[in-house]
Amino acid sequence: MKFGKTASIFFIFITLLYFLTGIGAKSQKIVRLAGSTAFLPFAEKLAEHYMKTHKDITVDVQGGGSAVGIMVASEGIVDIGMADMLSLPKETDSLEKVVVARDGIAIIVNTGNPLKNLTLKDLTQVFSGKVKEWKEIGVNLSGQIRVISREEGSGTRKSFDQLILQSARLTTDAMFQDSNGTIREAVKSDPNSIGYISIGFLDSSVKAISVDGIVANNENVILETYKISRPIYFLFKQNPTPETKNFIQFILGKEAQKIIAGDGLIPVVKI
Amino acid sequence: MKYFKEIIIEKCIKLLAMSTISILILIIFFIFRQGVPFLVKYGLPNFILGQKWLPQENIFGILPMIIGSLWVTIGALIIGVPIGVACAIYLVEFSGKHTKLFFKPAIELLAGIPSVVYGFIGIMVLAPFIRSTFGGSGLSILTASIVLGIMILPTIVSISIDALSAVPLSYKEGSIAMGATSWQTIVMVLLPAARSGILAGVILGMGRAIGETMAVIMVTGNSLKIPSSTLDSTRTMTSNIALEMGYALGDHRAALFATAVILFIFILLLNIITMTVIKSKKTR
Repeated sequence: MKFGKTASIFFIFITLLYFLTGIGAKSQKIVRLAGSTAFLPFAEKLAEHYMKTHKDITVDVQGGGSAVGIMVASEGIVDIGMADMLSLPKETDSLEKVVVARDGIAIIVNTGNPLKNLTLKDLTQVFSGKVKEWKEIGVNLSGQIRVISREEGSGTRKSFDQLILQSARLTTDAMFQDSNGTIREAVKSDPNSIGYISIGFLDSSVKAISVDGIVANNENVILETYKISRPIYFLFKQNPTPETKNFIQFILGKEAQKIIAGDGLIPVVKI
Repeated sequence: MKYFKEIIIEKCIKLLAMSTISILILIIFFIFRQGVPFLVKYGLPNFILGQKWLPQENIFGILPMIIGSLWVTIGALIIGVPIGVACAIYLVEFSGKHTKLFFKPAIELLAGIPSVVYGFIGIMVLAPFIRSTFGGSGLSILTASIVLGIMILPTIVSISIDALSAVPLSYKEGSIAMGATSWQTIVMVLLPAARSGILAGVILGMGRAIGETMAVIMVTGNSLKIPSSTLDSTRTMTSNIALEMGYALGDHRAALFATAVILFIFILLLNIITMTVIKSKKTR
């Protein structure tokens, strides 16, 4: 009986605490963002930075993917939708759009793979499955090419399909991973695989290959010699709230763009 | 006054019990409301027999995923059931009291490990091992089967232990008295007597295997082709839903809900079979 009493007091206390904390958070102005998982870590970092200097505003950042970003922005569920796509779909016609950064896509292979360079045409053939063995494109590696792609609907995938596959279809042998990190992990451990990730996610565990002789790095994306890149859009309704406007101005400002550049994306403003 | 209090408490508890059931009904209603209109529009045979899944071109066929789910689940049973039942037999028949006291909770602890941890071990340890030993990419049906086989062990072991312990001692004594060896007693007397209980455990484990998502996404490679060997990559129905739900809009989203409807029917059938098995145990 004594235990029951203690337990119920504890339970009521927790419930009260739960609701009180919920009420406490609501007194501030909120800017809501959702969408692109590629930009999500940057948006979170920038939001944190912004809130340090603007104590009265809460910036709430969520993922969901580019398609979700477009949907929630056009339905007005969030203030800003984030989308990383080469060409935006029709639903965004009525929305204001601004490019906040660019992101290159690197083609990666295992470090044990002697491949250094591929032409765009070879890439199309590899990813569409017309070429199935590494020997067919002159690589001294036995066995089949294992293509790893992103899941349907990812912004990186959409841009990649448009740039590399063009009218061809992804090979039916392709395997799928659901993030840049897991593709890198899969390519790192499988000597026969080939995949693609954001340039910002490159590290020494995998090897990025050149395309048409151009090395995949941010300098070449800025010079527009490396063609495989896509813009990251912020989408918002016309006549946004002053807080939203202010946040977008902050993102396009030098300070924020420096943070973006520091973590591997390509800024859109000279810094 | 006291009587009045009793009634109130009774009603409150009734309400809480009802709310559990109502959540189940809400989930079923929600999935079916989202999925069934699409199934009607697209055609059930086209959906479950279609071999291509190309959401961008409005082609939705989940046959590769149904086959994937079946392969992975059957594989998990092939690996999990013999180990699980053998483990239960050892713990009930041969092990000392202390071993049993240590082993049973330890095996049940396996059930408490988050599935993402199983997936992580699968992708970091098992996949490279399978690639270098058997070939293929390592992310395969075989890898998923081993991971799921381990994940369903706790279910199979604990239910089998209960079933085996419930066999009356006189059966065993009778068998030994007739001159049967331990092995003969186990195979010819104990296992048949505990058959329906063990079967119920196997079917529950099967339900866990077919519904598992996170670990499966990590170790199967999620390819959309109908697999032709156990070293091929595959995609299950659950991984399809989890992989694409975040991005899907319109028909694509409805198609994922329709996948959930098909999966739900699969699991419902499994549960009905379990119920029948358990019932037949009671009537025997």
